Amino acid sequence: MVPITYYLVLSGILFAIGTAGVFLRKNVITLLLSVELMLNAVNLSFVAFGRQFGTVDGQIITFFVMTVAAAEAAVGLAIVIALFRHRESLSPEAFTNLKW
Amino acid sequence: MTSSDFDAVVPVICVALAGLFAMLAEAFRARGEKMPIGGLALIGLVGAGVASVLLWNRTATSFGVVTADNFSLFINLVLVAVGILTVVFSAATIERDGIPAGEYYALMLFAIVGMMLMVQSSDLLLMFLALETMSIAVYVLTGIRRDQANATEAAFKYFLLGAFASAFFLYGIAFIYGVTGTTHLERAGAAIAAQSMTDNPMLLIAVGLLIVGFAFKVAAVPFHMWSPDAYEGAPAVVTGFMSTGVKAAAVAAFARVFLSALGPLVDDWTPVLWVIAVLTMVVGTVVGVSQTSIKRMLAYSSIAHAGYLLVAIIAANDVGKASLLFYLASYAVTNVGAFGIIALLGSKEHANDELRDYAGLAHTHPGLAALMTIFLLSLGGFPPTAGFIAKWYAFSAAVTEGYYWLAVIGFLSSVVSVYFYLRIVVMMYMTERDARPVPPPVRGLAMAGLVVSVLAVLYLGVLPAQVISWAEQSIATIF
Repeated sequence: MVPITYYLVLSGILFAIGTAGVFLRKNVITLLLSVELMLNAVNLSFVAFGRQFGTVDGQIITFFVMTVAAAEAAVGLAIVIALFRHRESLSPEAFTNLKW
Repeated sequence: MTSSDFDAVVPVICVALAGLFAMLAEAFRARGEKMPIGGLALIGLVGAGVASVLLWNRTATSFGVVTADNFSLFINLVLVAVGILTVVFSAATIERDGIPAGEYYALMLFAIVGMMLMVQSSDLLLMFLALETMSIAVYVLTGIRRDQANATEAAFKYFLLGAFASAFFLYGIAFIYGVTGTTHLERAGAAIAAQSMTDNPMLLIAVGLLIVGFAFKVAAVPFHMWSPDAYEGAPAVVTGFMSTGVKAAAVAAFARVFLSALGPLVDDWTPVLWVIAVLTMVVGTVVGVSQTSIKRMLAYSSIAHAGYLLVAIIAANDVGKASLLFYLASYAVTNVGAFGIIALLGSKEHANDELRDYAGLAHTHPGLAALMTIFLLSLGGFPPTAGFIAKWYAFSAAVTEGYYWLAVIGFLSSVVSVYFYLRIVVMMYMTERDARPVPPPVRGLAMAGLVVSVLAVLYLGVLPAQVISWAEQSIATIF
């Protein structure tokens, strides 16, 4: 059996890739994808821990997280569409009306 | 399952039902027809308030994960007050900007549902779901004026960083689950205390990730970048709602997780929070001084207030642990009132939220200028207002716990912050008005709401004993 550390390290790497993506990518859709990647990295941890404890809790939590991620994606894409109507651009650098 | 299983969720159900009815009303509303949807929202909120009062001292639990202990009921009542005041101030904004009333009130009520559940939950998973319910509704509220580029941009920034922070929060929950085998706060806390696993690196990672998640939600430095933008871009009345409601719920949930379940690790997380609190107070005040937009200025002020709230969490000793709740209550009524005035002064053509727009306000709107002055003095911490007692109480708790530097830095930063609050007062009373259009008059219910919140600010400032004793009873239930 693959030890749990492997799963946790993979999940950590995926989470780090997602985090880096939020800061480095230059397209708002990719930013949304990066956040989704972070949530799914966490899902992997939950499933791995659940498997270690021999309970289904971890898997059940994953379903809740997936639902939340879907709701978030819906709102996020709606906001991106509204934003695109104003700016005709998907680059975060175009959104500088309010200074950071 | 018996009917008493539902006791603890009654306040939440009242608000949720009002939200659902608001949505239905909007769906069946003929174009151009007026409906008293705000009244519907008020009914739901008052119902939740009454239910919270009736549940006081009963420590009801529903489904094993929702508790209605005095701690959450106190916050529920603060949220109800914030909600009612926001509804009262919203009517003018909705009419002026043509915001669909049903959508607006439904989103606001669902956000309150999330806030209440977040504080009431005794399970981290439910807390995450509640946090998302609250956040998603508030993202949409921020950008509800889709025709405005600024509002949409604010909504996007808030959404992106909020979702980012939620992922950190969730990762923290995953590690707590991995270490203790449960997401239930009491059981996780018992496992942490029993196995003396305080040096477990995974647990420390979990604590770190949870701090990041919560610090984003309460807008603590260095996780505050979203808040000035979101507060500036959102309609002023929504800003008032999120700078009080979201902050109250997030701080309360923060306190519940860290003071009860993660209490055994207090020596590990106190230094981290100490640094965050100092940074938050200093940055919030110093950057606030240079702002020219009132909304942005009050955004930085609310960042600084998050720092004072963190001081209250760090200094949670026997004397001072009630100071957190008292601070939350007095900050909430003050800030929602101040933003209410900003919202009510806006007109269709001109938002009137620059500092210059307040020049000579004492001549055109003497009553409003007086009310605004009281709110600003309370934010700055002058006696005899609520803000003074709250700050004095929080800092004296810090001193009795031995955090002298924290109290000193807090005191100095509130002295500096007085500068920018008084700048607005000077603008209103001692500056001549230039050719700018005069803001519209404020009447009726909204004015009554402002007067009520000023009375609350003065009541908390002059006769705080009763509310402090409620706060003591309520925080005693979590630790």
